[in-house]
Amino acid sequence: MTVPATLAEKIIAAHAGVTSVVPGQIVVALVDVAIAQDGTGPLAIQQLRDLGQVRVKAPTAVFFIDHAAPSPRAELSNAHQLVRRFCDETAATLSDVEMGVCHQRVAESYARPGELIIGADSHTCTAGALGAFATGMGSTDVAIGMAAGQTWLRVPETFRIEVDGRFPDGVGAKDLILTIIGRLGADGATYRALEFGGPAVAALPMHERLTLTNMAVEAGAKTGLVASDEVTRAFLAAQGREADWRALAPDPGAAYERSLSFIADELVPVLAAPHTVDNVHPVAELAGTKVDQVLLGTCTNGRLEDLRAAARLLRGRRRAAHTRLIVTPASQAVWRAAADEGLLQELAVAGAVVTNPGCGACVGVHEGILADGEVCVSTANRNFKGRMGNPQGAIYLASPLTAAAAAVAGEIVDPRELLGSGGLSTKGAHHG
Amino acid sequence: MPGPQGASEILRGRAWTFGDDVSTDQIAPGRLFHLRTDLPELAKHVLEDENPEFATAVRPGDFVVGGRNFGLGSSREHAPRILRIAGAGAVLAQSFARIFFRNAINVGLPVLTCDTSAIEQGDDLEVDLGAGEVRDVTRATAVPFAPLPPVMLKILSDGGLVEHFRMYGEFHLPEG
Ligand code: SF4
Repeated sequence: MTVPATLAEKIIAAHAGVTSVVPGQIVVALVDVAIAQDGTGPLAIQQLRDLGQVRVKAPTAVFFIDHAAPSPRAELSNAHQLVRRFCDETAATLSDVEMGVCHQRVAESYARPGELIIGADSHTCTAGALGAFATGMGSTDVAIGMAAGQTWLRVPETFRIEVDGRFPDGVGAKDLILTIIGRLGADGATYRALEFGGPAVAALPMHERLTLTNMAVEAGAKTGLVASDEVTRAFLAAQGREADWRALAPDPGAAYERSLSFIADELVPVLAAPHTVDNVHPVAELAGTKVDQVLLGTCTNGRLEDLRAAARLLRGRRRAAHTRLIVTPASQAVWRAAADEGLLQELAVAGAVVTNPGCGACVGVHEGILADGEVCVSTANRNFKGRMGNPQGAIYLASPLTAAAAAVAGEIVDPRELLGSGGLSTKGAHHG
Repeated sequence: MPGPQGASEILRGRAWTFGDDVSTDQIAPGRLFHLRTDLPELAKHVLEDENPEFATAVRPGDFVVGGRNFGLGSSREHAPRILRIAGAGAVLAQSFARIFFRNAINVGLPVLTCDTSAIEQGDDLEVDLGAGEVRDVTRATAVPFAPLPPVMLKILSDGGLVEHFRMYGEFHLPEG
């Protein structure tokens, strides 16, 4: 007898070699993909060396040099060297400085529906958009996962996030996930899996699904998942990986700890104000806030379609004189496609500095550290104090459109006003 | 419940209080990314954006006391490691973010979930691992802490995950 299972339960059971699992159960599960980056990788490697384990058993193990790429200082160059050497010596794959952010790279090249993925980076949950169970852990857990090809997991309870209706123009997955986090709170889904579904999610293209699952951890969740469907197949086919596709959906009658419903039509552009991601407000409430820097990029919103959205708004306009605009494509593939389309040129003409692919300014190492008292509107996933390298800086998180609009206006503004969608006012609009 | 191997049954130290939502960006600041391969140096900056005195004035065995959702954010394991290197005997909080909690256990830093609302900066605390109780000696109060799940207790008492692996060569964890 099979028990109806959520996406997370299905994948974990399959990797634990059992027919079903229940929330709260502790299992040892096989790992398909294990990743680390240049911030967490050196410690993972040190653990493996300490253990005398320089063999990698996980079928796919990848180290990404993306957080400080190319290296801005000698200490980091040495850390990078350590990672490169380890990859030379073992079966681990190296994704070097030119390739881009780990989570985008995992989506493009490594994740398959139904897989179990662990990563020494909290946003590893991004790969859940492809119907994989993907979760962030620390360096030690990932080191052991690489060496043993296994990890231990507590089967999470699942929250079902059901989204109905259609997204209005100028509003997208970033506004949805910020609205969800605003409602759940930064710890509202701790230990849970978020399963996104419903007609509005089914209609979302992959780049938008990746934005949703990327931020699951910002509500404390262990992972975020979307069923694998034709959109997934088309995305994998576009990466030359159609053979990696399989359909995967939760069973009808699966047990959810909680179900939350959202109507896409009712969503408005929102921002997460400093210094927590759940401090979410409709753009109307924050309009007029002066902005010194805009960051368009990161594993949340550094994809080709995000750059297109920003370019659409910036076309024929220029950034405000006092507002810097930094554009960091998420991966080399994104960078090259954007170059081919002329997007990088358009963004540069609008006053952007276009950087190499990678994490860029997101984690406060280089390429756009804030000055004291400065305000940044960023398309990233985190606005914690000190996140962009200066605890005296203030970070607002928003969609690519809202970020681009802030760059043009020099202050927080409703992007729909600049899209010329008939002078929409957010006053009195429903907030998720 | 048995205490972690090598730790005395009763831990004693002073309280260093912090608020809700202390992120790993505050514990191990991103601007010091280059120090991640030099943990003793990074430990000199632990929590400095929240309390600049902490790193220099913390004494071995002192407790870091947080509110809700302690350790949210980045998966950087450097955060619990430098807390330990700086001398923290344990972290007490009303709740913990998942990755931080797991990392802390993996690196052998006790993390205890309890009601910390009445604990004030500088209070003398006793953590009785056997009795499952945190006593505020200064205030003559006591609160229970939630027992660790058996798997985590096992990893902590083995001295962390790497030690666990050294001992067994594989996962050797209790069910449930
Ligand atoms: S882009 Fe930012 S959030 Fe994403 S992996 Fe890099 S540092 Fe982390």
